Amino acid sequence: MDSDAIIEVNRLSKAYGLLPVLRGVDFSIDRGEWVLLFGANGSGKSTLLRLLSGLSKPSAGRIRIGGWELPREAMAVRAQCGLVAHRPLLYENLTAAENLDFFGKLYGLAADERAQRGRDLLRQAGLAKSAERIVRTFSRGMKQRLSIARATLHQPEILLLDEPYSGLDQAACQNLDEMLAVAQEAGRTILLSTHQLSRAPAAAGRALVLSGGRIAYDGASDPGNLAELYVEAAGATSL
Amino acid sequence: MMTPFLACVLAIIAKDLRAEFRSRELLSVMALFALLSVLVFSFALELDREARAEAVSGVLWVTLIFASLLGLNRSLAQESDQGNLDALLLAPVSRSAIFAGKFAGNALFTGAVGLALLPLMTVLYNINMVAPGVIVTTVVGTVGLCSIGTLLATMTAQTRAREALLPIALLPVALPFLLTAVRATKGALNGAPEWQVWLQLLAGITVIYVVLCLLLYGYVVEE
Repeated sequence: MDSDAIIEVNRLSKAYGLLPVLRGVDFSIDRGEWVLLFGANGSGKSTLLRLLSGLSKPSAGRIRIGGWELPREAMAVRAQCGLVAHRPLLYENLTAAENLDFFGKLYGLAADERAQRGRDLLRQAGLAKSAERIVRTFSRGMKQRLSIARATLHQPEILLLDEPYSGLDQAACQNLDEMLAVAQEAGRTILLSTHQLSRAPAAAGRALVLSGGRIAYDGASDPGNLAELYVEAAGATSL
Repeated sequence: MMTPFLACVLAIIAKDLRAEFRSRELLSVMALFALLSVLVFSFALELDREARAEAVSGVLWVTLIFASLLGLNRSLAQESDQGNLDALLLAPVSRSAIFAGKFAGNALFTGAVGLALLPLMTVLYNINMVAPGVIVTTVVGTVGLCSIGTLLATMTAQTRAREALLPIALLPVALPFLLTAVRATKGALNGAPEWQVWLQLLAGITVIYVVLCLLLYGYVVEE
C-alpha cells in the first residue's frame, strides 16, 4: 500500500444476513485527495461510508484509517473522521449554535474552542445570522450546510459525504461546493458519494465506481468523460 | 483521544433537558397520561379506605410503568428518527457513556412525573403518599425501570412497530421492579418494618440492571 495513504481498504466485504452488499473491495486514498464515489442506488456506497466511519463492522477484509485499524481502533478513527450522511444528524429542537456546541462537547473540545469554531463554521456556512434559530425551521440546504459544519467541527482529517447534493437546489449546491473547497484547502481528505454525475465537483481528481459491490473503475475523474465511464463501468443504462 | 465519560454524560443530559424544555414533547405526554390514569383508577376503585390503601401502591407503579413507556419511546425515537443515534456513535465516546446520558435523562423525566404523582394521589386517594419511604422507593424504582427501558427502547426505536414492541419487551423484564416496588411502597405506607427489606431488594435489582445495561449497550447499538 501507498505510504501516504490515509484510507486503505483491502478485500472488504459486507453482508446483511445472507445479502452481500460489498464483495472484496480494494482501494486506497492519499492524504489530501478528493475522491468521488459513484454508483447506482443499492450499489453499496452508503454501506462503504458507514464502514469507513466506524459505524458498521465489516464481514471480512481490512480497513485502515490514518494507520488505525477498524473496528479494533474505532475510537481513534472516529476522532479523525467527519461524516455527512443522507440525514442531517442534527437535533431539530436545538438551535444551530446549540447543535455545534453539543457535538463539540462530545468531541472533547474546550468551551472557548467550541465557541470560536462554532462561530467560524457558522459564518463559513452562511448561517451566522441563523445561529440562534431552531434547526426545525431550517430549509434542507441550511440543514445540509450545518451538517457539514457539524462534521468538520473537530477538524477531522477525513470528510466522508454520502449523497450531500440530494434534495438541494442549485444555489445550495454551489454553497456546498464552496464549503467543500474550503475543506480541501484545509488539507482534508474528501470521499464524496453521489449517483448524480451532473453534480460531480470539478475539483475532485479521482473517481471510484461501485457496481455490484465491487470497484468497477478507479481512475481519473475527468468531467468530460465521467458519464461515459460510469455507464461503461457500472453497466448503467441511464444516468 | 476519548472524550471523558462524565463530560459526555452531562452533555447528553443537558441536551435532552434543553430540547425537552423547548418542545415539551415528553413531560407533557407523560404527565397527562399519569394524571388521567390515577383519575381513572380513583373513579374505578371506589373502595373503602383500607382497600384503597392496599391498591394505591399498585396504581402508582402501574401508572409509572405505562407513563415511562410513553417517555422512553419518544426519547429514543427522537434519536433514531433523525439518525442522531449515528451522530452520537460517530463521536469518540464510549457506548456506555451514551447509554448513561440517555438513561439519566429518561430517569429524570420519569422521576419528575413519579414524584409529582405523589401529592396528587394523596389528594385523590386520601392517603399520605408524600412519605420519605415512598419517595425513596419511587426514586430507586424509577432508576431501575429507566435503565432497562432505555436499553430496550434503543433496540425497538429502530423498528417500525416500536410503539407496540417496547411494552412487549419491557413489561416482562420490569416485573421484578413492579413486584418489589409495590411491596416496598405498600410497606412504607402501612408502616410495616419489612418495607426496608423490599427497598433493599429493589435497590439490588436496580444496581444489577444498571450495570448489565451499561455493559450491553455497546452490543445493542452495534450494526
